[in-house]
Amino acid sequence: MINRRTVLQGSAAAMTALAPLKALANTVTLPIGNGERPLVKYPQKREMIGLTSRPPQLETPFAVFNENVITPNDAFFVRYHLAGIPTEIDPDTFTVEVKGKVSKPLKLKMADLRKMASIEIVAVNQCSGNSRGFFDPRVAGGQSGNGAMGNARWRGVPLKAVLDMAGVQAGAKQVAFNGLDGPVLDKTPDFEKALDLDHARDGEVMLAYQMNGKDLPFLNGFPLRLVVPGWYGTYWVKHLNEITVLDHDLDSFWMKTAYRIPDTDNASIEPGTAPKSTVPINRFNIRSFITSVADGAKVKTGETVLKGIAFDGGTGIKDVAVSTDDGKTWAPAKLGTDLGKYSFREWTLPVTLAAGAHVLKVRATSNGGKTQPEKPTWNPAGYMRNVIEAVHVTAA
Amino acid sequence: MKRFTLAGLVVTISLAAALSVAAKPVTYELPEDKTAFKPGPNLDIVQGNCGACHSADYIAIQPRGPKFGKDFWKAEVVKMIKVYGAPIKEADVDPIADYLATNY
Repeated sequence: MINRRTVLQGSAAAMTALAPLKALANTVTLPIGNGERPLVKYPQKREMIGLTSRPPQLETPFAVFNENVITPNDAFFVRYHLAGIPTEIDPDTFTVEVKGKVSKPLKLKMADLRKMASIEIVAVNQCSGNSRGFFDPRVAGGQSGNGAMGNARWRGVPLKAVLDMAGVQAGAKQVAFNGLDGPVLDKTPDFEKALDLDHARDGEVMLAYQMNGKDLPFLNGFPLRLVVPGWYGTYWVKHLNEITVLDHDLDSFWMKTAYRIPDTDNASIEPGTAPKSTVPINRFNIRSFITSVADGAKVKTGETVLKGIAFDGGTGIKDVAVSTDDGKTWAPAKLGTDLGKYSFREWTLPVTLAAGAHVLKVRATSNGGKTQPEKPTWNPAGYMRNVIEAVHVTAA
Repeated sequence: MKRFTLAGLVVTISLAAALSVAAKPVTYELPEDKTAFKPGPNLDIVQGNCGACHSADYIAIQPRGPKFGKDFWKAEVVKMIKVYGAPIKEADVDPIADYLATNY
């Protein structure tokens, strides 16, 4: 069944094969119940935290976020929903179709897209369920730690330019996106997502063919994926080959039933209850992390330079505050280079730690005036965790 | 930050990028799924049904504890049938839920 998704057959000799390397026996243990995970090696990827094997879900080891504010391609997280994923794609014959309520349906090859004026945006992609493993009470689903996110420099063509070329007809309401990945069983709903027309035409939503100056890694959507700056990864359809303009809201399981959040402040409800009404998940809430020291670490007594990252859904980071006394007092951190309002924003702060145990906390505030909650939010799907994170260290 | 590149520069970059594209299909060899379901009664039913669409680690990573017993697993099996169209026979639902509650 997987082969029906395979694009264009070629002779084996002519293929560029990305063969798997030996599996590694190492494991890591996330600080959650049942949190042991294998470290796995996939083609084009460094050692990653293996969440699931089929379909593949790979989490970025958290230390990567301390190395560079841009997440390297070989460390960028991978999340598929359905096991029918393509294993062979010819970038010369790959086409993306633009159809539906348009005056001039299009079939564009990669060469056509590369001829168009391109844009570049540094943007975070984050899984809706990033950090789901920390939900209390626990909920079912992919039990991610904090590594189902990454920040990359995306290059491609604005979706608006492609839609304008096709000529969106009057009465259009949404634009739907489908990729080469799909279900194993015909009865399983295909993974299809949609954006409202105005959002799709905002000039920033992008058909991206490059990530950090290189072709997209295969498992990150080669050769073309949707980039929706500031919005959760569920909309960033991989291996994008169908764009359909609709005069109605997309009737897809993945929009109407899955990936819905409570229609409440910060998508939170009383733990263990069911939401009264829901809306499709959309923009990131604001988050920040300490990356330079891990929870449970031992540090030297005296001065330590703390470092980390902060991001939100697109207003940009206004300030970051750090506490070394479990949130009693806060000091402003110095913000690093501004790579744009959708990017991770690096921060640093030298602190002095006396001998003994300390609880370090970090809290970001956005240009939109939002900040992070002191207590964790909760919803039944385990989406959008953004509590002020605490890191326990001992100075000696 | 200036995100929109000048048109002339874009053409240069685009041509260079187009020439660098490999004129071959790209294949991706996924590592073999080495995850296995734990041995136990009804393992064959579980392998045939659950394993058709996903690896065993989808089950193994789920939270543990009193709230994640047979009711939790039965609801998951029913979800697989109703939402994802899994062709699981009604008579197999309880044996699968029992197996999952016992082993995970």
